Amino acid sequence: MSAATLERRTVMAQLLEDRGRMLVVTGLGATAWDLASLSDSPQDFPLWGAMGGAAMFGLGLALAQPDRPVVVFTGDGELLMGLGALSTIATTRPSNLSIVVLDNERYGETGAQPTHTAAGVDLAGVARACGFERTTTVREMDGVPALRAELHAGGGPLLAVVKVALTADPMTLPPRDGTYLKNRMRAALLGPSAIYE
Amino acid sequence: MSESVSTFQNPAGTWSQAVYDVLRAEDVRLVPFVPDGGHRGLIERCQADPEMRAVTLTTEEEGVALAAGAWVGGVRSVLLMQSSGVGNCVNMLSLLKTCQMPFVTLVTMRGEWGEFNPWQVPMGQATPEVLRAMGVLVQRVDDPELLPGEVNAALRLAYSTYSPVAVLLSQKLLGAKTFGGSK
Repeated sequence: MSAATLERRTVMAQLLEDRGRMLVVTGLGATAWDLASLSDSPQDFPLWGAMGGAAMFGLGLALAQPDRPVVVFTGDGELLMGLGALSTIATTRPSNLSIVVLDNERYGETGAQPTHTAAGVDLAGVARACGFERTTTVREMDGVPALRAELHAGGGPLLAVVKVALTADPMTLPPRDGTYLKNRMRAALLGPSAIYE
Repeated sequence: MSESVSTFQNPAGTWSQAVYDVLRAEDVRLVPFVPDGGHRGLIERCQADPEMRAVTLTTEEEGVALAAGAWVGGVRSVLLMQSSGVGNCVNMLSLLKTCQMPFVTLVTMRGEWGEFNPWQVPMGQATPEVLRAMGVLVQRVDDPELLPGEVNAALRLAYSTYSPVAVLLSQKLLGAKTFGGSK
């Protein structure tokens, strides 16, 4: 298979265009820096740790806010650490949760060691086998508009693998204070009084 | 009080109705769990309630991240697990401490009073220390009569002070055979 050429930030920027009420969670590492390079919004929750937990954090948010699309952007290494979550999400069937794996087949933060997806593990296939109603793998930019529409559509949990190139992007850091991220999103979702609860 | 649900592995499970009532009164609507015989009655009550969502997990750390995300979205959770599951959660607990997320877990203890399985002992004995090492406040309960009040206090502590709190249901409580029957 030819090497992936998609640029992760170009893809994320297109997926988040006119995102409206969409809530975005990222895993730790590159997806958090990607989001920070594009957005710093109360509707963003970039994780700085809790590796393997991004999808489940997104599930909690999706169950609590069923009227908003919730999109988790994470990496292949982060998702592989919590594969069981795919079966939990599939059986919980949130209509508003999407997981977008920016899959560069590497542990990008630690020296680009290959992940299991480099050896052929198919995360969309895993999700399908778990019972995800919508799965897709995107390898070309012409697949991105359809995926963007899917993120807004609802109708069952979605897992999309986007095969992206291994790139050295400028590091843009999101706010690192978790209490700020938490309070900022709670106030946006629940109103300013949420801070006084 | 009578127990309408199974008491298999849970002879003292009559506390489950009272604990369920506390969860309802305190507006807990999401109950992630990895099953344990001691939690069986409570799990079944939560599953039977259309206004509660009981979510089966594959591993307990999923429940930590789930509870954090749900609370950011405005929903309270209580994670049900066994002491062996505490070990599966360790790094994920950093999410709670770093973000000052309120969090409550009810932990049925193994590896202590009257245990027959040696493989349960290491994690059971380490459970309170592991929780404390990760910044979780620990309330141990031996008396089933006191449990509902302890759970209520844990919820108030967690949600008033943005703290993670674990209520340990001791093996003595779970195995106590004199509590229960009709009152």
